[in-house]
Amino acid sequence: MINLPSTIKISLRALRVNKMRSALTMLGIIIGVGAVITMLAVGKGASNKISEQIATVGSNLIMVMPGSTTTSGIRLGSGSFQNLTRSDAEAIKNECSSVATTAPVINGSAQIVYGNQNWASIVYGTDENMLEVRDWTLASGRNFYEQDIRSATKVCILGQTVVDNLFGNDDPMNKTIRIKKIPYSVIGVLASKGQSMMGQDQDDVIYVPISSAQRNLFGRFLPGTVRQIMVKAKSAEELERAETQIKELLRQRHRIGPNQEDDFTVRNLTQMMQMAEEASRVMSLLLAAIASVSLLVGGIGIMNIMLVSVTERTREIGIRMAVGAKSWDIRTQFIIEALILSLIGGLIGVILGIVAAELLSIFAEWTILISTFSILMSFGFSGLVGIFFGFYPAYKASLMNPIDALRHE
Amino acid sequence: MALIETDQLEKKYEVGDSIVFALDKVSLQISSGEFVAVMGPSGSGKSTFMNVIGCLDEPTAGRYLLDGIDVSQMNRDALAEIRNEKIGFVFQGFNLLSRTTALENVEVPLLYSKHIPKDRKDKAREALKLLGLEGRQHHNPNQLSGGQQQRVAIARALVNNAPLLLADEPTGNLDTKTSIEIMELFVRLNEEKHITIVLVTHEPDISIFSKRIIRFLDGKIISDQENKP
Repeated sequence: MINLPSTIKISLRALRVNKMRSALTMLGIIIGVGAVITMLAVGKGASNKISEQIATVGSNLIMVMPGSTTTSGIRLGSGSFQNLTRSDAEAIKNECSSVATTAPVINGSAQIVYGNQNWASIVYGTDENMLEVRDWTLASGRNFYEQDIRSATKVCILGQTVVDNLFGNDDPMNKTIRIKKIPYSVIGVLASKGQSMMGQDQDDVIYVPISSAQRNLFGRFLPGTVRQIMVKAKSAEELERAETQIKELLRQRHRIGPNQEDDFTVRNLTQMMQMAEEASRVMSLLLAAIASVSLLVGGIGIMNIMLVSVTERTREIGIRMAVGAKSWDIRTQFIIEALILSLIGGLIGVILGIVAAELLSIFAEWTILISTFSILMSFGFSGLVGIFFGFYPAYKASLMNPIDALRHE
Repeated sequence: MALIETDQLEKKYEVGDSIVFALDKVSLQISSGEFVAVMGPSGSGKSTFMNVIGCLDEPTAGRYLLDGIDVSQMNRDALAEIRNEKIGFVFQGFNLLSRTTALENVEVPLLYSKHIPKDRKDKAREALKLLGLEGRQHHNPNQLSGGQQQRVAIARALVNNAPLLLADEPTGNLDTKTSIEIMELFVRLNEEKHITIVLVTHEPDISIFSKRIIRFLDGKIISDQENKP
């Protein structure tokens, strides 16, 4: 059994003798590990950002929209059919076990006026469940009461962008704005959500009770019909089940025969965004895979240098064998040497990778996320590279004939 | 009791079509405590003999008992263990590890022993002291004279308390005065510590220090006699 501390000492001394050579060999590993860490940090940061955006849209979200309709041979797009109703929304909420809650929506754009300011925005007629569906909190004020919906009160909740454009620095609470010339009283202001994944400003919205929207703003919607129903499933796992339940329920409610097509569309928003997240995850893995190729190249550099080192130190190997070193002792010595090279390189690479990722986030303003896992993984991988590429030179050394090795000049 | 006993020891090399016998049925015994000089011109087989009894090389035929153990059929690692425990080597070119202090050089065999002694530094220091090198412990080989280097090598050969010391032209790289000092050292080790010494040399001046001279020619022993001063 070889003595570990003294073997490490011997290896360190051998590496110190050829400082430049050791440093250059390490550089391969340093770059490899550094690249893997930076790439993982950037990739993780990107997919994290997407996850955050998914959360701003609302988690576990499903959208139900009317199907298309045909008027005198002209097929209108999806949503043109006014066959979804508020009672459909109620039914989905009450009868589908995987659904947490629903919010019906009718919407349209409208000009809004406050004092001498005006602004065009999208007005959504909905009910008190909307905020829960979209995981939205209020910056100030209150949500709709059920009563507001029932009696079509002229109250509204404003998004941050609308507040900024109409009120400037004034407090909007309890002020009266005019939507399509109809006065509405501001009862709440939404917390800011920022841009959506598609680059839309999510804060450029106004919520009003759906009944009031139908009666006062968007008369083209028949009473009780909705443009879409937003559904929140109980959990991410229940999304698909919720989707199936909604389809079954609506087919039943709309009396659609077994061979007929749906007269509505169900879109699983979260799933779409999860796909985007998955894509970015694959992308980051791909980046890391490319980076790990450089780690592999670094490993080949180690192998190269270890082979040179074994040849240079043939005589030393002979001496060690003559005084009793077994094959295993020689092999261990050289593997440890390769391991030290790769681990020191790995350590420096980890530090450099973190620094590079931080610089990217500071100067290029990229979102980064350095996980302990990625650090441990790339450091461990560098160690594996050392053992793997150190093995052949070490094996070669251990097979030397002591007599020939001693005579080697 | 015989420390070294060979029976019809044979080592042959095939060079093209012809077969060369480096050792041709060599049978001899060397008892514990002897000081033997092995002589012969180059190519006579004395170096091969040295390598085989030093367990660095395996015979192609015959038997070799070292300290009563048949080592002729052992594998590499078993031979390495035998070398570590039973044999100390002294070479012509000293063969010290460069950029390694005298103390660490002497310590090397202890690092490969079955049970690495905890007091290996003390043992190495003791061996160096025995050879009058206590002040040179932390010198690297390139800071030592030839004679001093050879004494470090001898200390390394002794540190494991091996019963057999094999010296292959130990004075070949040294001047006459230092050669005599080294040889006197061997005599002292042989007489005081009862270490068996087998010495390969082609210089008659060196062989006179031994008690028995074996001459090789063409792989055979041609004479084996006591050395009478």
